[in-house]
Amino acid sequence: MFARGLKRKCVGHEEDVEGALAGLKTVSSYSLQRQSLLDMSLVKLQLCHMLVEPNLCRSVLIANTVRQIQEEMTQDGTWRAVAPQAAERAPLDRLVSTEILCRAAWGQEGAHPAPGLGDGHTQGPVSDLCPVTSAQAPRHPQSSAWEMDGPRENRGSFHKSLDQIFETLETKNPSCMEELFSDVDSPYYDLDTVLTGMMGGARSGPCEGLEGLAPATPAPSSSCKSDLGELDHVVEILVET
Amino acid sequence: CGRELFSWQLHCADIISTVEFNYSGDLLATGDKGGRVVIFQREQENKSRPHSRGEYNVYSTFQSHEPEFDYLKSLEIEEKINKIRWLPQQNAAHFLLSTNDKTIKLWKISERDKRAEGYNLKDEDGRLRDPFRITALRVPILKPMDLMVEASPRRIFANAHTYHINSISVNSDHETYLSADDLRINLWHLEITDRSFNIVDIKPANMEELTEVITAAEFHPHQCNVFVYSSSKGTIRLCDMRSSALCDRHSKFFEEPEDPSSRSFFSEIISSISDVKFSHSGRYMMTRDYLSVKVWDLNMESRPVETHQVHEYLRSKLCSLYENDCIFDKFECCWNGSDSAIMTGSYNNFFRMFDRDTRRDVTLEASRESSKPRASLKPRKVCTGGKRRKDEISVDSLDFNKKILHTAWHPVDNVIAVAATNNLYIFQDKIN
Repeated sequence: MFARGLKRKCVGHEEDVEGALAGLKTVSSYSLQRQSLLDMSLVKLQLCHMLVEPNLCRSVLIANTVRQIQEEMTQDGTWRAVAPQAAERAPLDRLVSTEILCRAAWGQEGAHPAPGLGDGHTQGPVSDLCPVTSAQAPRHPQSSAWEMDGPRENRGSFHKSLDQIFETLETKNPSCMEELFSDVDSPYYDLDTVLTGMMGGARSGPCEGLEGLAPATPAPSSSCKSDLGELDHVVEILVET
Repeated sequence: CGRELFSWQLHCADIISTVEFNYSGDLLATGDKGGRVVIFQREQENKSRPHSRGEYNVYSTFQSHEPEFDYLKSLEIEEKINKIRWLPQQNAAHFLLSTNDKTIKLWKISERDKRAEGYNLKDEDGRLRDPFRITALRVPILKPMDLMVEASPRRIFANAHTYHINSISVNSDHETYLSADDLRINLWHLEITDRSFNIVDIKPANMEELTEVITAAEFHPHQCNVFVYSSSKGTIRLCDMRSSALCDRHSKFFEEPEDPSSRSFFSEIISSISDVKFSHSGRYMMTRDYLSVKVWDLNMESRPVETHQVHEYLRSKLCSLYENDCIFDKFECCWNGSDSAIMTGSYNNFFRMFDRDTRRDVTLEASRESSKPRASLKPRKVCTGGKRRKDEISVDSLDFNKKILHTAWHPVDNVIAVAATNNLYIFQDKIN
């Protein structure tokens, strides 16, 4: 399974074409599996039942998994930009699925931070890892999902990205999230099948499901569920605290 | 083992979220997702009904917690009962602590079997009589009545937890208890509700640096200054409250070194400890992670003294289990009264029992078939590959919605309670 140190053939040295293909297959299958796992994890972080507080333990474990994958991808060099001198966006054929995840957010973010110039850190590609947010989703700049009562700081692009993800956990717009992912029902891909050797061509995994989705539509702000009838109760609480 | 067991199946209205015997084992409490507590009582020996000996019947039912709404965060607070812990009995009444995500309550359960009768203050139709018309003083007489069991909330311990409470544990001093959430542990006095002491705080200054949470905590059964807490990274810290007021620095640190050959992206998740329980003797503790149960000697921090595989056949399915979120299921574990056996749940309504002396283990199923009286529980087996034998079940046929997360073992006898979604099963050894 996703064991590290998976043996891979060095494709460039293979003379046998079949062998080269097999090598490519092994490399790409592991990369695809890893990428699928990364995508699945990011989706899990974003999909939350907004009426009840998300499970902190689960969120932490998923976030740690994302970090691990990301660290390994950095070591492999798969995070690096292909054109080191370019101060431009990362080529679109790389990290396709995360790009789709980010599409709605890019439309609103405007100028996107440039990818890293092979500096060995997670600057560039990680900035691609922005979560899908509803275009007009109200932002809560003063808190991240984990932080209940403190300020949020930017601590590097990876943390920033994770933080943006967690920010969406705070976004009280469950309906737009549900709309976005309503077509994506688990399991939309079967990694176990992949692992047992069924490599069906260019398997883009989560992209297949996400391609068909409409961009996120803005949802009416429904952040506060209290109604006028409960105003007295609110005043009571404020007075007590 | 194929032991012969009496068994009872009791249907509860809602998904059971916690099960706990009291200190004598005569009472069994269950909490459910709807905030209700149902207490069962063991029938006493009755010569006229010998087969009913040891039967558990409903003793009391009450609504412990209601759903609440946190207006500041615009989030619901679930009424689901996360844990119930009994207090040792000190008088005729019984006391227990029950908690949801945010609030702990102390409940008093008392019996009333007499009623005062003979008041002459009211008319036949119940209206109060005019005092001038009452000419005689009549002292009421206590008369027996049908047993009534009343539950009343005696203390409410609120507003001390920002995060979700996962554990409560009564101290051996019988005066204090701890409550633990994802990032903090608080110490309470049972008589004082308006303040608690924070004894562990692992919240980082910057929440973005958060990589580890508290998953369970428990007081030592005999040493009232000692408690342990487990983490999502598979570590256990033992703390001594005498060393400092804030126990951020542990006295002992238990962690098993990772096996590099089995490392995967899921290694951390499956190492997360979902439950920690001291043995009755206080010499050992047991931890449950996703695939195994480990027994630790408190004097050895480097590795557990025993590791029991619960469902190793799931190791090759971790990716699917991550996908459907089952990998985050929190299974509990428990000791028998003599610490010679341990029990924990699994999927497909299976539960596992490990005999530490004989090194034998068995898989049993909590199902309708096993709930017939005097039906013997047949051991089950999961087929991991190759040819499936008759009566074996293949891994792919397991029902992952039927999970046994909560089990409890009678403190003295061989009686076990197993919660299978919204059914409670009680099994005990056949008595000849």
